[in-house]
Amino acid sequence: MSQLSVEHLLGIKYLTVEDINLIFDTADNFKKILARPIKRVPSLRDVTIANLFFEDSTRTRISFELAEKRLSADVVNFSASSSSVAKGETLIDTVNNILAMKVDMIVMRHPSPGAALFLSKHVNANIINGGDGTHEHPTQGLLDAYSIREELKKVEGKKVIIVGDIMHSRVALSNIFCLQKLGAEVMLCGPPTLMPKYIETLGVKVEFNLKKALAWCDVANILRIQLERQETKFFPSVREYMLFYGVNKPLLDSLDKKITIMHPGPINRGIEITSEVADSDQSIILRQVENGVAIRMAVLYLLAGKKGKV
Amino acid sequence: MPPRIILDSTQFALTIDRLCHQLIENHDDFSNSALIGIQPRGIYLSERLHSRLKTIIKGASILHGKLDVAFYRDDFRRGEKPISANVMDMDFLVEGKKIVLIDDVLYTGRTVRAALDALLDFGRPKKVELLVLIDRRFSRQLPIQPEYVGKTVDSVKSERVSVGWMEEEGEDKVVLFNAKQNV
Repeated sequence: MSQLSVEHLLGIKYLTVEDINLIFDTADNFKKILARPIKRVPSLRDVTIANLFFEDSTRTRISFELAEKRLSADVVNFSASSSSVAKGETLIDTVNNILAMKVDMIVMRHPSPGAALFLSKHVNANIINGGDGTHEHPTQGLLDAYSIREELKKVEGKKVIIVGDIMHSRVALSNIFCLQKLGAEVMLCGPPTLMPKYIETLGVKVEFNLKKALAWCDVANILRIQLERQETKFFPSVREYMLFYGVNKPLLDSLDKKITIMHPGPINRGIEITSEVADSDQSIILRQVENGVAIRMAVLYLLAGKKGKV
Repeated sequence: MPPRIILDSTQFALTIDRLCHQLIENHDDFSNSALIGIQPRGIYLSERLHSRLKTIIKGASILHGKLDVAFYRDDFRRGEKPISANVMDMDFLVEGKKIVLIDDVLYTGRTVRAALDALLDFGRPKKVELLVLIDRRFSRQLPIQPEYVGKTVDSVKSERVSVGWMEEEGEDKVVLFNAKQNV
């Protein structure tokens, strides 16, 4: 049926394959609208959305805000650094105060895994998870799979590697769930110290040799080294990481095929990926960003329209 | 009351022909006009008119678009079911053109209202006309009237009008039935 099975977008693991395909099909519509001179539709004109960012973000935040504005929603922004959170207010209190001002939907990024799920159980609004700690980043997972579908025509049967800091990455987890539900094969590649134990139980392959992983795949999704999440050093030096796990042009040229390069951003140029690769024609990094707005519009539209709310 | 056939396939074809000739009267060779079918069900009528017009006016190239109004409806979040989107196929701007909006059944007029809004996002048309196969008069909720009508029907709220198409349902016909019956 043409409606989502969920009230909130907390993670890809709660979505069905039908949900994901419905989001993709709706995003196709919005992508066409975004290509027009007038990029706005009036669907959400009586919906108010609060963007709560308890953690820094550029892309996700602007992408959500643009998606909201292009659906004609009213938008309020909040960042933890300039709020009463600094005065010790709890998450539920903060959100309930915002909801008291008649807000219908919440987009939240939070450093604690499970924050979005927790919130969805305690407040009366649609919650969209914009990244919760090292847990999930569902809209990123969706837009990555959507970009693969766009580039390679389908996701089913494709081989995708996720390279880098798997342990601290919410993008990796959402990608694994989304790609597996759509029938792709996933392999993880990174230093053993950044590979979570028992990750194979999710049904993914693990490979520590980047060249072997690249030779296997159709698509390489290269993650950012999250230096800010590492209290202890997981690898000896950035230079050593670059030597073993940095994706560069000679490495790609040594393969007998042309693979698609993706990166969720922000890029540490010259560390996990060289500029030459990031800016090459096999990279779809900027297309991912473009698709992000359409995917987020689709998610907002489908959640807001689920049933009579007014 | 059993289902009543409003148009059978012969009358249906005659009606399409008449509508085509009425359109030609006002639009000549369609050089500055465009046909726009409203998704989802209006496109069958617009496709039919488009192909029939091309056989009547030999060699004419007539602009034809498909407009999806899902994101412009005024009942978003008000119904039991979400409104799902259809394909929008508008590869031209309507700026300065004479537009014929086309739908199968005109009932409350709210779809047409949404279509007018959607249309304005593609430019400022010189003129907008409305063509419908079936006009369920006396049931309008907005001040909207069609220029071209296939057939006018008087019906009450509990009744439904179903338009069947050769391409979809295997037969061209229009049936009026009671909402409680299954047709």
